[in-house]
Amino acid sequence: MSSLDKKEPPAGEGSTAALACPVRPRVSKSRLMRELLAGPFMAWIIIFTVVPLALMFSRGFTDKAGSFTLDNVMAITNPIYFKALVLALELSVVATVVCLLLAYPLALILRGMKHGSAGAIVFIFVLPMWMNSLLRTIAWQSLLEKEGVINGLLGVLGLPGIGIINTPAAVVLGMVYNYLPFMVLPLYNALAKIDDDIIDASHDLGANFWATLRHVLIPQSVAGIVSGITMVFVPSLTTFVVSDILGGGKVALIGNLIEQQFTVSYDWNTGAGLSIVLMVFVLASMAVMNAFDKSDMASRKVA
Amino acid sequence: MEVPLVDLVGICKEFDGNTILNDYNLSIKQNEFVTLLGPSGCGKTTLLRCIAGFEQPDAGKILFEGKDITSLPAHKRPLNTVFQKYSLFSHMTVAENIAFGLKISKKSKKYIADKVDYALKLVDLDGFGSRMPNSLSGGQQQRVAIARAIVNEPRALLLDEPLSALDLKLRQDMQYELIRLKNELGISFIFVTHDQEEALTMSDTVVVMNQGRIQQMGTPQDIYNEPSNAFVAGFVGDSNIIDAVMLQDKQVALCGARWECIDTGFGTNRPVDVVIRPEDVEYVEPERGIIKGVVSHIIFKGVHWEMEVEAGGFTWLVQSTNMTPVGTEVGIYVRPENIQVMHKPQTEDEEALINE
Repeated sequence: MSSLDKKEPPAGEGSTAALACPVRPRVSKSRLMRELLAGPFMAWIIIFTVVPLALMFSRGFTDKAGSFTLDNVMAITNPIYFKALVLALELSVVATVVCLLLAYPLALILRGMKHGSAGAIVFIFVLPMWMNSLLRTIAWQSLLEKEGVINGLLGVLGLPGIGIINTPAAVVLGMVYNYLPFMVLPLYNALAKIDDDIIDASHDLGANFWATLRHVLIPQSVAGIVSGITMVFVPSLTTFVVSDILGGGKVALIGNLIEQQFTVSYDWNTGAGLSIVLMVFVLASMAVMNAFDKSDMASRKVA
Repeated sequence: MEVPLVDLVGICKEFDGNTILNDYNLSIKQNEFVTLLGPSGCGKTTLLRCIAGFEQPDAGKILFEGKDITSLPAHKRPLNTVFQKYSLFSHMTVAENIAFGLKISKKSKKYIADKVDYALKLVDLDGFGSRMPNSLSGGQQQRVAIARAIVNEPRALLLDEPLSALDLKLRQDMQYELIRLKNELGISFIFVTHDQEEALTMSDTVVVMNQGRIQQMGTPQDIYNEPSNAFVAGFVGDSNIIDAVMLQDKQVALCGARWECIDTGFGTNRPVDVVIRPEDVEYVEPERGIIKGVVSHIIFKGVHWEMEVEAGGFTWLVQSTNMTPVGTEVGIYVRPENIQVMHKPQTEDEEALINE
């Protein structure tokens, strides 16, 4: 199978080459096989990605009667939705920055450790991900509540309690807790690839730890930073679970408002329209991040 | 007396319970080309990393012009290193790589630009400044690494097997380049290699190391012509190392015959090792030799023929520009001054190594 695959011309020219070629039956057999193998994936993509997207766009650009309108998309100019979008952007930027500031030093420490023990620490960080994220977030709720575990402990110690539940701070905490592993893993991967000699060379040329970090480690781990940021920023921007549970309805992010369009107001058209706006922001942020990554890659390859 | 540039005093280093360096002492003079030569695992690279500041010795002191720098971190030492795998910064251009040290020490833009230009010219890479390191060949990358190190005007340049990744021709060219550079810069080079030819070609002083100790230290000529023990003789160049008995001063018994030599002071009837370089073995008509033998093997090596001659129960390695067919009976003769008598190794470790 694989040997046949290798002989095959690229997909586009495949059909004409197959027509001209005397060994057509073998080639078409391999094509058939390949299409069969790709079948389940294609079906998956069509059912769970293409169709929902099409539905979302058709709802988003039509009114209840089914005629074309931009009102649903333009709903974002409504101060309520606009504020929710801005707040979501703010909180997810803060959560991403906090994740980066926590994960980078951790990844650096892991880099310096022996392979086995680094693996064990990474395992501990990934372990909570085996539990349902809803459960973990609810756990944080009972930790942070006014009469919760943390305030109980602080009370025993005679310290004043903290009141961050149902504030943006609690939402950011939930985002950081849920998405930190997604920042640690790509950073660790990127940093572990940097040769020890490169760091020695930097020290050798007079750079102390901070100069080495700035001029060597960070530039050499850009790819990891970019994918870490994307993997924390995007789910933070779109979440409604974290803000729902830890915000207690008082912190309304764009995700929450979209959810309410579907589950409370039953206004699917506005919900779809707002989702399209949010998607534009997600795609834009990914485009910016990719541009960073590309410029880094390009500078490495250009002659 | 002139203060040595680098002075290593009683350096000890262990890794996971293995002794890498054992009470190591070495002085390196200003403007000296010193080569640390030895097999892999002999501690030469660890020693270089201690001097550079990447490793801390467990015991002992490193002095730089008489000042103790043992606990000084690498980035504060007035030394620069050229790494085996070049270790260039792949996200920077060639010029940025070279400018790195100068930028860190906050030199002016004009100064940096001039120095980078000068360094590029010095390593014969004029016009390569805006290229990325990955687009250069191995030899060019190594030149960039050298330029990046020397533009900081270090008092000594440390080189960790810098030529081992290059092919033979390039390696030979770079050997001459390095000698030229050293003379132009007037700084000390501390060069680590396992390649005896490299060591002999470039060095003012060769330090032959094994098992974390110095086996012998001297000029390339000393090391080659007067190896102090069988390890050095075996490691540097080809040689015949033969069990022998020192009968008395200037007379040694080996392969069942008495040989004239020029060594004295070994006592009488003492077991010794004798080293004879293959190019010093002369074969003559059977009757005129000290012992008789038969050519058992012959290989053409380009400059000379290499033969094995069975004589006196020993297989002699002989190099000659004359070809003698296999099976020819020859006499073996060695001039007294070419017989190098050495003490037998004293420790079991050394013994074990020779038998390897």
